[in-house]
Amino acid sequence: MAVYAFYLIALVVLVSALSVIMARNPVHSVLWLILAFFSSAGLLVLIGAEFLAMLLVVVYVGAVAVLFLFVVMMLDVDFVELKQGTLRYWPFAVLVGVIFAAEIVLATVFGTTTNASTFDASPGAATNTEAIGKVMYTQYLLLFQMAGIILLVAMIGAIVLTLRHRPETKRQNIAKQTSRRRSDAVELKDPTPGQGI
Amino acid sequence: MDLGLSHYLAVSAALFTIGVVGIFVNRKNIIVILMAIELILLSVNLNLVAFSVFNGTITGQIFAMLVLTVAAAEAAVGLAVLVVYFRNRGDISVESVDLMKG
Repeated sequence: MAVYAFYLIALVVLVSALSVIMARNPVHSVLWLILAFFSSAGLLVLIGAEFLAMLLVVVYVGAVAVLFLFVVMMLDVDFVELKQGTLRYWPFAVLVGVIFAAEIVLATVFGTTTNASTFDASPGAATNTEAIGKVMYTQYLLLFQMAGIILLVAMIGAIVLTLRHRPETKRQNIAKQTSRRRSDAVELKDPTPGQGI
Repeated sequence: MDLGLSHYLAVSAALFTIGVVGIFVNRKNIIVILMAIELILLSVNLNLVAFSVFNGTITGQIFAMLVLTVAAAEAAVGLAVLVVYFRNRGDISVESVDLMKG
């Protein structure tokens, strides 16, 4: 029964992946990309990798795809003009694709095979999440920390790249505010009556 | 017929090929190139998880998480570069990135 579900979801994955690269409008590409990620998460659920599946939905659909959507809609680009002349790339692209696919098939057919028989991803753990947690914070602690550093560097890099100071916008200067004294701000006048200042 | 490793390897190989073809087909549109790269990384993830599950070790799933991290970081920095480039040049055509050509 699971194998029919696999065929159905795999078909959705491949069709949506093809639509990502064929769509005329990049907004449609992003939406197809979301479908591809979502159904890949379904493929992972089928073999019991639930944690990775949920991570795929949260990270890819929730963050990466939405980021793409933001950028596509923010940039005012004439996509019709970008699309022109892509027809002449097709023969070369198909050639490269055929070579890649042939290499993968050759490697799979003639490569050494392992006896992949066990279906249990996590012996000794109740759930997939528990099994991942048991090794991630002990055996792979350094890799986990490095992943965090990579994310931090990417975050700082993205902010530094896109931040710009516009001279015309008004900003709060807290140091200037707190160092203000009464003598800088208030001036006392003693006007004579009937004359004004 | 049971669900086996080869099913996942076939889907993953097809997904990888689609991603590679997508890079060449959309040579002018860098946003779609980035999306094709995401597809390639997704196929790598599928491979890692499939091997992890069918060989009975959890390590592949840890590595898939790391690939996911790198993919997210790459998308963030790549799109930031794209935004800055668009701000400076007014278009994102890949073919106009030849300022340093002699």
